[in-house]
Amino acid sequence: MKKAESIILLIILVFLAIFPLIFSNPSTTSVAFFAVIFAVAAAGWNIFSGYTGYVSLGYAVFSGVGAYSLALICQKWNIAGGYTPFAFVLVAGLIAAVFALPVGWIILRTRRHVFVVVTVATLFIMQLLAYNLEGFTGGSAGITLPLPSWTGDFFNMPFYYGALILLVVAVSVSWLIRHSKFGLGLLAIREDEDRARSLGINTTMYKLIALMISAFFAGTVGAMISYFTSTVFPAEAFDPLFDIAVALMAFFGGVGTLAGPIIGALLLETLQQYMSLQFSTVGLDLILFGGLLLVVILLLPEGIVPSLFKLVSKMRASHESTPIPSSSAESTDSERLAVKEGKNG
Amino acid sequence: MDKEIQNNVIEVSTISKAFGGLRALENCSLNIQAGSITGLIGPNGSGKTTLFNAITGYERIDSGDIRFQGKSIAQSKPEQIFKLGIGRTFQLTRIFPKLTVLENMHVAVQRQGKGNMFSSWSAAHERRKALELLDFVGITKHKDLLAGNLSYGQRKLLEFAFILIADPKIILLDEPAGGVNPTMILYLADRIRELHQQGLTFLIVEHNMEFVMNLCQQVAVMHQGNIIAQGTGAEVRSNPAVLDAYLGGGLE
Ligand SMILES: Nc1ncnc2c1ncn2[C@@H]1O[C@H](COP(=O)(O)OP(=O)(O)O)[C@@H](O)[C@H]1O
Ligand SMILES: [Mg+2]
Repeated sequence: MKKAESIILLIILVFLAIFPLIFSNPSTTSVAFFAVIFAVAAAGWNIFSGYTGYVSLGYAVFSGVGAYSLALICQKWNIAGGYTPFAFVLVAGLIAAVFALPVGWIILRTRRHVFVVVTVATLFIMQLLAYNLEGFTGGSAGITLPLPSWTGDFFNMPFYYGALILLVVAVSVSWLIRHSKFGLGLLAIREDEDRARSLGINTTMYKLIALMISAFFAGTVGAMISYFTSTVFPAEAFDPLFDIAVALMAFFGGVGTLAGPIIGALLLETLQQYMSLQFSTVGLDLILFGGLLLVVILLLPEGIVPSLFKLVSKMRASHESTPIPSSSAESTDSERLAVKEGKNG
Repeated sequence: MDKEIQNNVIEVSTISKAFGGLRALENCSLNIQAGSITGLIGPNGSGKTTLFNAITGYERIDSGDIRFQGKSIAQSKPEQIFKLGIGRTFQLTRIFPKLTVLENMHVAVQRQGKGNMFSSWSAAHERRKALELLDFVGITKHKDLLAGNLSYGQRKLLEFAFILIADPKIILLDEPAGGVNPTMILYLADRIRELHQQGLTFLIVEHNMEFVMNLCQQVAVMHQGNIIAQGTGAEVRSNPAVLDAYLGGGLE
């Protein structure tokens, strides 16, 4: 399954690399830019939340920090619009990663539902700070970023390929983590954090490192989007809808898998952009979008990628009819017990 | 006297632990000799699991001290204690059901040898060792199965095997024979004996008296948070305090 996933990812990346050469219409490449940049966000989100199971709805904390970092760097150092800001996108990512250290140190003291709530709270604190630290953030007026030096039909291209490079990095990092002891430790944390500790895993450190890597990608995403739109405002930089979108994309494609979040992001973001172009005046886009999501999540609760793989292996099994030992009633019973009694066991 | 201290891998000295008003451990002391198989028996609720949790860093003790090879571990965290060489299983087996059996084997942090947290877990030497251990407990053929699909007994074997991968010095088993069929119990006892011959120390909580009496040179009896007797199986059986604890001799 992991090998198949890697191959699918490679095909997707190659397809994305040639996509604008085939569809060069600016309104298409603009949608494509958002699809790819959201794929980076979903892949980054997955490295922390997908692998460890700590569902974060405060991912925009770090994309917002990245957006403001780039805006402030350009403002303070008088950087002109051009290719230089792209280099600072990486710096913005690093700043977001460093920012994740103290934030993680605090919020990672909680678990599960409490953690989700705390991440949301952190997001709103950041939004409030952005509104109120006017000397720094420009308050509700926001900050304007330099306009790129290129225009016209070519406008989207540098952004698109910049995003694609980030996606390649995000995919490679996800792959490396999934194949390292570190990644296995993160998955173990998702399944049973206390058990992982009794196998020598310093879960606090693992979670912090994963959060920082994840925040790096969020920071680059925020910075890219703010450069693309040339502005950064508190409500957009620290947007709860961004979080819900990214989490949904990951769940839709398959949380914790390599390819799932990326496929989820590419499909959903494209769809959403398309629908808002078609139906935005009447608000139909959101209703359609929400309805579609509900249907898919009800039919494929694990996400597209795991469900497809299950289907394939089921078809194979029925062909070869090899007996697969299934979980007996006995073992599911003991599982339920284990859940009930928790750490006392 | 000095020599005797040297010989103890674990020394539990007068530890106490209360949950609210409930005193789960009270001035409890226990020494585990290096290279021994010690059985820990006692009625339900007498504090055996809590003692395990205290030794392995899951419960902070209120007073007393716990030493491993002479050094206090009373303030250490579970992950640190594991790295020192104390592995444990749980009364209700805890494996990682959504990882494959082989992946389960690689979760434990290696105590010795190559590799760091960013190295690949499927490196040749690690894989070889994992397969050897799966072979040792006899579940190699399930290596690519999700661990959640294993039967109850197989899960116990897996949990046992994935602790061994880090070369622990002592293993704490919490009711290893509970809910397992007789053939599997004999098989498990054999594995324990084999590891014991290689120098591993065991502390085993178990209700199955036959299992304990056959396997353990030393038996400690716990009652109301305290060790009330310690000695060979025969000594413990004839100890009046023990018979009292089991309400007039349920030890046969
Ligand atoms: N986390 C906990 N919180 C409250 N009480 C506990 C906790 N863990 C154990 N106890 C209590 O401590 C006593 C000893 O339990 P335990 O160590 O599990 O006994 P044993 O393993 O010997 O059956 C029991 O009365 C139990 O209810
Ligand atoms: Mg117990």
